[in-house]
Order: sequence, then structure tokens, then C-alpha cells
Amino acid sequence: MQTQTTTLLIIGGGPGGYVAAIRAAQLGIATVLVEGEQLGGACLNVGCIPSKALIHVADEFDKTRHFAGNSPLGIRVQAPSLDIETAVRWKDSVVAKLTGGVAALLKKNSVRVVKGWAKIVDGKTVEVSPADATEPLRIACEHLLLATGARSTALPTLPFSEPGGPVISSTEALSPADLPKRLVVVGAGYIGLELGFVYRKLGVAVAVVEAQPRVLPAYDEELTKPVAAALKQLGIDVHLDCSVLGLNAQNNAVRIRNAQGEETELAADRVLVAVGRQPRTAGWGLETLLLDMAGRFVKIDAECRTSMRNVWAIGDLTGEPMLAHRAMAQGEMVAAIIAGKRRHFTPAAIPAVCFTDPEIVVVGQSPQEAELAGLDCIHALFPFAANGRALTLESATGFVRVVARRDNHLIVGWQAVGRGVSELCTAFSHSIEMGACLEDVAGTIHAHPTLGEAVQEAALRALGHAVHI
Amino acid sequence: MGIHIIKMPDIGEGIAEVELAAWNVQPGDLVVEDQTLADVMTDKATVEIPSPVAGKVLALGGKAGDVLPVGAELIRIEVAGEGNLREVPAAPAAVMPPQSPAPPATTVAVAKPAVSPAPTFAPAARKAAACPLAAVARPPGEKPLASPAVRQYAWDRGIELQFVTGSGPAGRILRADVDAHVAGNRAAPAQSSRNAPQDWEEAIPVIGLRRKIAQKMQEAKRHIPHFAYVEEIDMTECEALRVKLNDKYAATRGKLTLLPLLLRAIVLALREFPQINARYDDTADVVTRYGAVHLGVATQTDGGLMVPVLRHAETHDLWSSAAEVARLAEATRTGKATREELAGSTITITSLGALGGIVSTPVINYPEVAIVGVNRMALRPMIRDGQVVARQMMNLSSSFDHRVVDGMDAAKFIQVVRGYLEFPATLFVE
Repeated sequence: MQTQTTTLLIIGGGPGGYVAAIRAAQLGIATVLVEGEQLGGACLNVGCIPSKALIHVADEFDKTRHFAGNSPLGIRVQAPSLDIETAVRWKDSVVAKLTGGVAALLKKNSVRVVKGWAKIVDGKTVEVSPADATEPLRIACEHLLLATGARSTALPTLPFSEPGGPVISSTEALSPADLPKRLVVVGAGYIGLELGFVYRKLGVAVAVVEAQPRVLPAYDEELTKPVAAALKQLGIDVHLDCSVLGLNAQNNAVRIRNAQGEETELAADRVLVAVGRQPRTAGWGLETLLLDMAGRFVKIDAECRTSMRNVWAIGDLTGEPMLAHRAMAQGEMVAAIIAGKRRHFTPAAIPAVCFTDPEIVVVGQSPQEAELAGLDCIHALFPFAANGRALTLESATGFVRVVARRDNHLIVGWQAVGRGVSELCTAFSHSIEMGACLEDVAGTIHAHPTLGEAVQEAALRALGHAVHI
Repeated sequence: MGIHIIKMPDIGEGIAEVELAAWNVQPGDLVVEDQTLADVMTDKATVEIPSPVAGKVLALGGKAGDVLPVGAELIRIEVAGEGNLREVPAAPAAVMPPQSPAPPATTVAVAKPAVSPAPTFAPAARKAAACPLAAVARPPGEKPLASPAVRQYAWDRGIELQFVTGSGPAGRILRADVDAHVAGNRAAPAQSSRNAPQDWEEAIPVIGLRRKIAQKMQEAKRHIPHFAYVEEIDMTECEALRVKLNDKYAATRGKLTLLPLLLRAIVLALREFPQINARYDDTADVVTRYGAVHLGVATQTDGGLMVPVLRHAETHDLWSSAAEVARLAEATRTGKATREELAGSTITITSLGALGGIVSTPVINYPEVAIVGVNRMALRPMIRDGQVVARQMMNLSSSFDHRVVDGMDAAKFIQVVRGYLEFPATLFVE
């Protein structure tokens, strides 16, 4: 067997792994990256990027249907139609452009990419079985970085079907060969709802089943209300407080039971199970290292060190929030630490965006979370109904909310819901990471007319002197 | 109201620069005439700078540890009536912060920025004034607040942010706070139980006397190949003589310690070894021998080690040398010794008294060529005439500059000293 040596070996070419690889190489560390599938991981291939591409397709198609009705904008179009095959091909081209870009960046920085599935031999040795079934390769390293990510969680009552079957994960839902007539989405978290909106806007009858009493249970209720209203308005059938019992005998409906114990069937020719993601901790020899775990996840400290010396872990493998930007930041930091710099993973906040329609952004603490943390906080919201730019975009629903400490006005959280608010996330994160006070944001001139004015007005309102409300 | 500027006075012969040892006033303090403003330091003497005027301190010309040229602006004091500052100087004195100079008419406005030369509080004070949200100390357990750039700045300097006090709005840690922390200005660590892990560090600037000592020691050890020689001396007779002399004369002439007897022995021995009572200028390759014995006596003070000089030790008898050494030690400890009293020794003696130990390796007081260290005297069993007897024994641990003093001469010198001390009558034979 061929044996190679390197300084840093990274398992997993997702956002965490490839960023770590590029930064490490930039810092002069000999780096090998092992990836079994496509570079870019779930994010680029079956997650963030393809879902946003399909959301764009759905939004544009929905717009034309909106015009085909009696649009107040005065635009009139003939009955629009959708070629889903072309749409998926376009989405694939976006993904290919980005994964190709990652490959080019790795190459440019002289990272050696090994295609194949890694298996851990020990904390400093990994065996790679190349995808092309040639002789396995053994790689010895000084530092081992685990970045294997997560995969969709299956429901015991509703296991994923073989390819072509009715029960699918988000991966298949993002590359449909055709559109079903009726889709049942199990799980009203952000993945389920994003795809539910997409399918509904593309003309599919969609029903959503959720075990909790409301949609997006991870977010506070005030934020999710506009989303719940949009679901209703779009005609998405929402079943809350319901558990899923499985498919019916004909495999053409999902059997559910509500809180009162009444069983019903939801007709479906496709079922998307989106009940969360679980870390990939099995099947590649991780267990042989006997690392300390934190529940399902690999336990790490503030430098992303595992319990074994010079074995590092980042990204979804290491816990919530399972977000690409967290993995990227961790990966960059680990590379810097290995290069001898002193770094800690201590962000003030990790932003989270939910690309439903309207979108939701949360950064830092909600009023409830701040209260639970024992902080005496004030909070204020500014509605987009009072924002000029929002009105010109026909998107007057939603608001921006700020949470700040009462004693020194330090901003501890931002939340927003509304069309296009995902881009406000930059301002939110920036202010919190810089340690801004309400006065800092209130005293910054925000361009008019933009949605961002609502950010300034929220801060002004928290200080007791909003202008436009 | 006017501004009175005090310049760094010339406090010694040929001194171009003076180190600011300590400030006794801060900007904003009211001072009266003759109040001590600052302690400044030359080679080894500390000199107090009194205020010639009464008024309010506006600005300091430097911080403790700074070295200022003679004639540089030392302090600005706002005085009643006209000061000695007639107009805004075209080019402000080099050491004053650029924002300080202002027309006398606007002295109130000057007062605030003038705070900035005070080392600790500069950024904090300004920020706190500018922002209505006063900087607050972080309660324990609260995460430190700093922008990503400041975090990295701190980490790159090996500093953990939880130890840094933030002076920005809402207690935000600013870059200047990290700098201040690096400079050793930080809040005292929280009180904790005796057994709690003590993670704090404290950076102590080596300034003033400590810096002088450090430089001197380093200079001595770098330049001089030390030759150490230890000999034990039977002090029984000498000690008996001392007790007798004290019995007889203590009331009238003062009490004698061993030191005057030692000094006497050294002075006498040096007559035979002029090469040991010398200073070696190794840059000019000249050894200067001295007829006079200017005997340095290493003295511990609160600030550190100092060496006052018993001038013309050869002219003193036991009691006058005892009195003079006592006076010098007192003057040195209280910081009142003059520059002349602290310089010009030709050989040095060092003794830790009861803490003298068995052997020491004294460092030569550069550019001298010898130092004699005195170890602890104790009763020890010795053999005299085939009998074990108790004798008062004491070691002398001495170091010599081996470049100019040969080992043989060094040994002979100590043996002569030993001879005098073991037969103390010879101390008085002329």
C-alpha cells in the first residue's frame, strides 16, 4: 500500500473542510483534503446553494402567475408554464460553477485533494479508498481535522425510499425529475418550509405536518406569525400537533394522528421528510479514536480540539448551530492555530437565516432568550409597513426587532422577518460583533430609501424616539 | 491665571539625561510652594524636585521611567497671576503631547487633554467623557466585549481578553485597553481563597534604581571574569577584642560592630596590594591604583541595593569609621545621600550580617577590581593543639577581576586580611 505524509489531513470537503484547507495552505501548511463525493459538501451540492436556486425559480414563477392574475402593477402576462427539467439543469449549473470554483481555489493554493472515502486507522493515519477503486492510499499526518458534516435524519415510521420511491429527503427534493401533484412535507423547520414554499409556488399542492404546536418552532412566535400567514395565503395545508404514523397501505397517503388522537390520511404522491440532520459519526472509523462526545456530536473546546491531541473537529459534526458559516469560521481558525497563531472560537453571535417567504433572520438573543439568560433587556420593533422602500417592493409585512441591555444599551440581539431581510443580517452581525450600543446604530446614517432604515428606526424606538412611527 | 513651566534642572556634573523615578503629583492636583513634585534619578542618587510655585498641575512631561534631557519641560502648573509661559511656543517641547500647548486664555480647555500624559487612564478617561454610557468594570462571569480586530490584536500578543478591562461604551475593550494591559496597567485580580488557582501575571517595569542596578550588574558580569576565593577566619580573638572595647568605650564612643575591624584589616592589607585597591578602565586599558581607600559599603534600601562610600577609610579609626558608615547607611536608606557619597569607591565590602550564609559569590562593583563578602560568624568545633575547641569562625567570600588581579595575589591579600583579624593586635601596629 502506498503511504504518504502530510502536515494537515482534512476529512470532508464541505464549507468547513475546504475553507480550512485553503487557509492552511495559505499559511504554508502542507495540506491534504479527502472528499468522497463532491467538493463543497452538503452546502454547495444539496443544501444552501441549490435550495436558494430553486427558491429563486419558484419566486420568479410565482411572480409571473401573480402578473397573470389582476396585478395592481398593471403588468399582464399570458398563462405562464414551467419546464422543471430546465430549471433543475440551471440550478445544477449554478452548483457546478461554485464547486468548480472551490476545486480551482484548492488547486491554486496547492492543496492536494484526494477523491475517496476516508477511514481512520489511528489519530495520525487515515486510509483512503479512492472512488475509482484503485489501490487504497494510506496518509500519515501530524494534524487530523474531522469535517464530515451531517446527513438528513430519517423517521423510523417513514424511512427514506429506494431511489425513485415516494419518501425523499431534501437532497432528492432539490433535484426533482418531475413535479408531484401532491407533496406532504414532514417537519415544519426551516428546511421543510423552504422547500414547501418552493413546491407550492411551482404549483404543487403542499401539506405540512409538524409535531410541535406551531411552524418554525426554533424561532420565537412573533417572528413566525408572518410566515404562518403566508403559508395560509399560499394555500399550504398546515397540520400542527400531529405525529406521523407512516404511509398507508396503497403508499399514496401519509397517515397522521393529531393531539386529540384522531387519525387522518394526507394524500401524497411524494413525501419529503425534513425532521433535522444528524452528524456523520459512524462508518469511517471515528469510533476507534474513542473521542469524548457531546451527545451525538464530537466534543470540542473553544479551539476546536477534540479530546485527542492534534485531532480537530469542525462544523456539523461538532453540534448546533449546524450552519455553513460556523464551519467556515471554525475551519479558518483551526488552520491559524495549527500555523502557530493564538485563536479562539468566540463569536458574539452566529447569524441564522430562514429563506421562507417572508424571510427570517436572527442574530444573537431574542427577548425571551435574553430574559432566560438573566439579562435585563429592552426591545423594540419597527414594522416594514412604515418603511417606504418596503411599500415600493409590495412587501410591507414583517418587522425588524432589536434587543439591548437596559443598563448600558449594548445590543444583544436582532431579529427580522420580511421579504429580502436576509441581507440585513450583515448589519445585524456586524453591530453585535463590534459591541455596538443602541446609540451607535441610531446615530449611523442609513441610506434612504432602503429596508435598512428599519434597522436604525428599531434602535431609535428602543431609545424611545423613533421618527417614523 | 498663567502657566508656569518647570524644566528638568541640571542636578549633577556632566549629566545630560535624568530619569523620572516617580511622580508625587498628578494632573489636576493642587500643589503648594516647595511641595515635592517628582523624584528624579541620576546614576544612583535620587533627587526631589520641589515646586517653586503654588498652583494646579496641568500636565506632566513624561511618565515614571522616562529619561528626560536636562532642560526638557518637566511639568506645567497653572498659577495665579502671570506664569513664565508668555506665548504658545512655536515648536512645543519635544516631550509634551502635541495637544497640550494652548494659549493661556483657554487653560480650562487645556485641562482635559492634558490628562493624556498620565499613563494609565488616558484612553479611558477621554472615552468616558465623550460617551454618556460610562465604562463599567465587567461583572465576574460576563463575557468580554471586543471587536474581532481587537480580539485578534490581543491574542496575537498572548493576552486573554477576560483579563482586560474595557473602557469603551458598555465596557467594550478597545485596542488602547489591550495596550494599557500590555503596559501592566490592569485591574487587580479579584480576591479569592488562598487555594484558588492564581492565573494573574504582573508586568513590573524595570525603571529607576532597579534599572540602574540591573545595568550595573549586567555590566560587571559581562565585562569582568570573576575569580572567587573563600577563606575561613578564626574570629575568636577579634570578637573578644570587640567585646572588650565595647565594654570599655561603648558609653562614650558608641558601640562597635565587626565591620570597623574588618575595614581596618582591609585598609592595612591594601597597603601591600595596591593592585587590588584600583579601578580598571577596560576601554582605555588603564588600571588606576589609588592611595586613598574609598571603601564602598553595599547597603540594602527599600528601593534596592546601593553602595555609599566611606571616603578615605585609611584616615578613620574604629569609632569614626563606625559612625561614618552608620551615617552613610541612614542617608542612603532615606534617599538623602548625595551623589558624591554614592560614587567613587575603589573597593567594596558586602555583608548580609546574620543572613551571610556560608559562602557567597559577590559581584564586583564595576569598574573596581575586588569585592569582599562577609559570611555569617558562628561557633564551630575546631582543632587547636590537638584538642577540639569551640571557635568563632567566619568565612570571607571575595571576588576579583581576574584580568588584572592574579589568583596568587588575591589569595595572598585575603591571607593578609586573615592574619590581621586572627591576631587583632597587629591591627594597631604601625
